[in-house]
Amino acid sequence: MVNRQPIDVYAHQIDDEKQASVLGGSAASTDKRYSALFNDYEDPDAIRRLAGGIKDHTLHHLDRYLEQAEESLVRNGCHVHFADTADDARDAVLSILRDRGITRLTKSKSMASEEIHLNDHLTENGIEVLESDLGEFIIQLDGDTPSHIVRPIIHKNRREIARSFQRGGIADDYNDDPETITRRARVHLREKYVQAEAVITGGNFISAESGRVVLVTNEGNSRFGMAPSRVHIALVGIEKLVPTDRDLAVFLNLLGRSATGQQLTVYTEFISGPRDDSQPSGPEEMHVVLMNNGRTDVLGSNCREILRCIRCSACQNVCPVYRQASGHAYRSPYGGPVGAVLSPILFGDRFPELADLPKASSLCGACNEVCPVDIPLPDLLLRLRDKAKKEHIPQPGDLPMAPFATLATSPAIWRTAMTMSKAMNHLPIQMAPVRPLQDWLGQRTLPEWHGGDFRKWLKKRKETDQPQRTQTSQSPSKSDASS
Amino acid sequence: MPATTERPAGKKVLLMATCLCDAFYDDVAKATVEILEHLGVEVGFPENQTCCGQPAFNSGDWKSSRKVARHTAEVFGGDLPVIVPSGSCAAMHFHGNRLQFEECPDPAIDSLADRTWELIDYIVNGLGVREWPGRFESPTRIAFHRSCHLRGSASGEAITSLLSTIGNAEVVPFGQAEQCCGFGGTFSVTFPHISGRMGSLKLDHILEQKPDLLVSGDMSCLMHLTGLAQAQGRPVAHKHVVQVLRDTLPS
Repeated sequence: MVNRQPIDVYAHQIDDEKQASVLGGSAASTDKRYSALFNDYEDPDAIRRLAGGIKDHTLHHLDRYLEQAEESLVRNGCHVHFADTADDARDAVLSILRDRGITRLTKSKSMASEEIHLNDHLTENGIEVLESDLGEFIIQLDGDTPSHIVRPIIHKNRREIARSFQRGGIADDYNDDPETITRRARVHLREKYVQAEAVITGGNFISAESGRVVLVTNEGNSRFGMAPSRVHIALVGIEKLVPTDRDLAVFLNLLGRSATGQQLTVYTEFISGPRDDSQPSGPEEMHVVLMNNGRTDVLGSNCREILRCIRCSACQNVCPVYRQASGHAYRSPYGGPVGAVLSPILFGDRFPELADLPKASSLCGACNEVCPVDIPLPDLLLRLRDKAKKEHIPQPGDLPMAPFATLATSPAIWRTAMTMSKAMNHLPIQMAPVRPLQDWLGQRTLPEWHGGDFRKWLKKRKETDQPQRTQTSQSPSKSDASS
Repeated sequence: MPATTERPAGKKVLLMATCLCDAFYDDVAKATVEILEHLGVEVGFPENQTCCGQPAFNSGDWKSSRKVARHTAEVFGGDLPVIVPSGSCAAMHFHGNRLQFEECPDPAIDSLADRTWELIDYIVNGLGVREWPGRFESPTRIAFHRSCHLRGSASGEAITSLLSTIGNAEVVPFGQAEQCCGFGGTFSVTFPHISGRMGSLKLDHILEQKPDLLVSGDMSCLMHLTGLAQAQGRPVAHKHVVQVLRDTLPS
């Protein structure tokens, strides 16, 4: 199937049950998002545009805000590490842990850490990492990868999870009751929390003004992980800055609603540095690793708007292609439209290999319509298609468009072709050796060819202009035809 | 997207019939001419028109699509409103072209963008026709598929409200209306599985409401949906909005 795109082939192969759970889960999230936003706000679009504007402003002055954020974080007693590459980020985390002799830690969900395969790196270096988000915990147990930005295991069902628990020694017997699964995970995790010496988190936002690191979770696992740990390391992409605490109001109101249809996530933590003397528990040390890993390249590209993304997954949920293909089809931690834009340019050297991702869209624009920071995703997908073409990266199924352009700029030939092609109606076109036609006819019929008929009709009508015109323009009776 | 008020809305216009109507749906182009003339509009049809260039644009071959767009801008030169019976081709003029000419601006392209109207947007918001004096012979349930290229434009609302004023017409809502029909031009051939599934889901939602008529402002969506429906043995009666406007008028 040389003319089929990889994501289509992938979608065709996934089993029905998995497909149904991805489709159903996404549709439900889209509905919840819609009601959460439209019940609470008269004009959610205005807030989306405001949020997009704030992010744009921040990215435009990122150098300034990074400096300010560093100052604020240091003032709060945090250690700040700048990591330019994925290697730098992994090394920064590892050396913090090594210098303190830490070998056991828990970790809350972080897409940035997925991006740089942090767990593998730490494990290879003898450090025991435990994912404490239930979904990520199951992913880790299975040696799997997340398929959704917010719901990492949307591709799994409870029976698979029950089997994983049995296999992984979390449970002695098979039990697929969701409550039992959760209770068993909790018993296992609680013990690990107490043993952990450090906690790694991501960071949803950092206020440059105050240096507050904001974490949102629904399970409270980052908070739980922080209580017994000596050291807290927050791994955060440099695009996560917002100028002031006040801006957080806009983003927190949008994030929960856009992601899960919640007004606010169950836990929202504002972390202003390590514990102070008045606090009975919490990490004595806090490190913030500000990671670039390709982000400044994206900032310099014509797809910089993608850096506004707050990882809510609304675009993924609403995307009809993702709903059929699931997140793993996108071959990176980021699935759906945001992944189709971000992955090829964030992992710059992998562009040729990931250049098919921007093709995985009918350009329907639903993603842009739901995006809380108003990213023009279809435009970015199109710009990347243009980039792939300019860089001569061959794409499965690409039709040569130069002949089409020649035809469409040669009106006389166009008109002749329109009329001549009528012969198609009398040919067994299902036999024609034209691949795209075959693909179309594989599941659909084609209407009858009427090439040139309208032009002929119009010409005739003009020849007998007056009677025709008067006939059709008889009193518009009730219609108000004034401009 | 251009503000409605900025576009010229005079009663002398140029019709861009679209390649799809040129090739398959001549009756939609005919209905467009008839309805515009019925409303007292003088319709010019530049003979040298071909296609808006969207197939090349969507496939990423912007060199080819810019060539076609320049041709179209030349063919539709001047200052008259350009009326297109397709949300998709209209959006190519006022959105797609702006994107692909970002780095090589062309005043003719900008002018075309500023003068282009999707047909029903022009009728409702340009000419100010808020009610349609048509009538179905018997009660008719209409499923209106808001094609994706109408997002963010005034056309979706214009079509729904105009259809609702037709006698005996009931515009029935259906599930997941924001979802695409799965056509997407070349997408439908390079993603045959996903495209087919998207179309079938859309059909499921539409047919669940047992409509008498499936209506859209884009024949491309209808070609895909009805082609699928036909092949699946569940054909559905369908019309472009402008055919509905024409066919419900008292003869």
